Amino acid sequence: MSAIKLINIKKRFGSRWVSKGVNLEIPARQMTAIIGGSGEGKSVLLKQIIGLLKPTSGQVLINDIDIATLSGQDLDEHYKKIGYVFQSAALLDSLTVFENIGITLLEHGMSRKQVLPILKEKLALVNLKEDCLRKYPSELSGGMRKRVGLARTLVTNPEIILYDEPTTGLDPITTHVIHNLMHRMQQQLRPTSIVVSHDVEIFNYADNVALLQDGQIRFFGSARLIWQSDNPYIYQFIRGLPDGPIATDTGTDGTEQRMLPSRFWKSYRRTTTSGG
Amino acid sequence: MAQAFRTLFSSRLRYGKLLAQMNSIGVNSLSIIFLTGLFTGMVFALQSYIGFQRVGGTQYIGSVVALGLTRELGPVLTGLMVTGRVGSAITAEIGSMRITEQIDALVTLCINPFQYLILPRILAGVLVLPCLALFSMAFGIIGGYFMCVNVLELSPEDYVSSIRGFVELSDVMSGILKAGVFGLILTSISSYMGFNARGGARGVGIATTQSVVLSSVMILIVDCILTRLLGRL
Repeated sequence: MSAIKLINIKKRFGSRWVSKGVNLEIPARQMTAIIGGSGEGKSVLLKQIIGLLKPTSGQVLINDIDIATLSGQDLDEHYKKIGYVFQSAALLDSLTVFENIGITLLEHGMSRKQVLPILKEKLALVNLKEDCLRKYPSELSGGMRKRVGLARTLVTNPEIILYDEPTTGLDPITTHVIHNLMHRMQQQLRPTSIVVSHDVEIFNYADNVALLQDGQIRFFGSARLIWQSDNPYIYQFIRGLPDGPIATDTGTDGTEQRMLPSRFWKSYRRTTTSGG
Repeated sequence: MAQAFRTLFSSRLRYGKLLAQMNSIGVNSLSIIFLTGLFTGMVFALQSYIGFQRVGGTQYIGSVVALGLTRELGPVLTGLMVTGRVGSAITAEIGSMRITEQIDALVTLCINPFQYLILPRILAGVLVLPCLALFSMAFGIIGGYFMCVNVLELSPEDYVSSIRGFVELSDVMSGILKAGVFGLILTSISSYMGFNARGGARGVGIATTQSVVLSSVMILIVDCILTRLLGRL
């Protein structure tokens, strides 16, 4: 059973088409990773799923409801079902961690006293100590900010969680910690999760993988079998190979070109020697 | 702005946020309003003295200073100074929130950004600007008094009695009304520009500049229209 269906989603910014007809069914209560190169429109796709961006054409169905038809109270109900973990965590600078995590509850009339036990529970889920509740986002490390963002998302017990590059900018150890955390929550809470990521480590945790390339889904399949895949797009992308069907360089005339192995190694040598 | 007004009548107001914004726009602007009002009153009195001395009407300086400040300079200067100090800050703050996805985060958390960010600022602007304008008028009249009595050595009785004789409550009320409208203009434009800021830090910088320029120009244009309309009443 699919929780989210994307039907022929097309999205244009000015004259540039980012999504060129995305068709995808996200299975319920599973974690699906969407991978793809930079600028392929992964985050744009995620924002269309939650409704922050509207598709130029096509439909986003969540539990068989087209979110483009929602407004007012119905749209609020839609947002209550979905949690979004932003790439930058998107914590409100002027609020403490307590206010950031509990903002939805506080703004909907609950007192700080009522909110506190809920926040403690969510903090424990993301392995954060209570003493960080009084801190401001600027006083937190990158990993802590991501975890606070995650705790904020969990406050409403969402059925669907969308992760927008949750480990970007983190060191390998913190990346591993965040992935473990996502995996544990997936096991405990069983939400439908979509993770946009560049990190191949996500294959160890995701149930399914979708490869987005040139504005379309080129592959969708089991994450467990990803390394055995002979799909040329997948093969090239997950191994980071310069040679394959995915264009990796842009020519001086603005047209996309393939980076040949010889050019790749020349560029690699140049980078390593200039870096000392 | 239309959405902000719909929100005003459709949902509960966050009084804590409103008070915080009133403090930010009002209390924190008092010092600059004090200085602007005081020196404007002093300069106005000095310039009026030069003119009135030629026609022998220096006893009317008080009324001219008071009329000029209550009907025109008090509200306009308050609007322009608050635009520079607060309008730019509103655009920069909301613009930064836009480009760092904090506004998107509010939407995904079922919090209406108009209600949460913009409405308290607009209401605070409308409520606080008239108070600041009143202070500006008062400081200006005091500045004029100081200049006339202590520097130009005119009679303090003349200054006070000319104000009592020629300035009416409607003059003060028109200034207060103008200030309220200027508060609405500067907070709406600043919030709108910040809310629609795009293109990273550079985009926020451009939006901030545009909001200050547009608010200032709009204040002057609307002032002209209001002066004409209020003059007919």
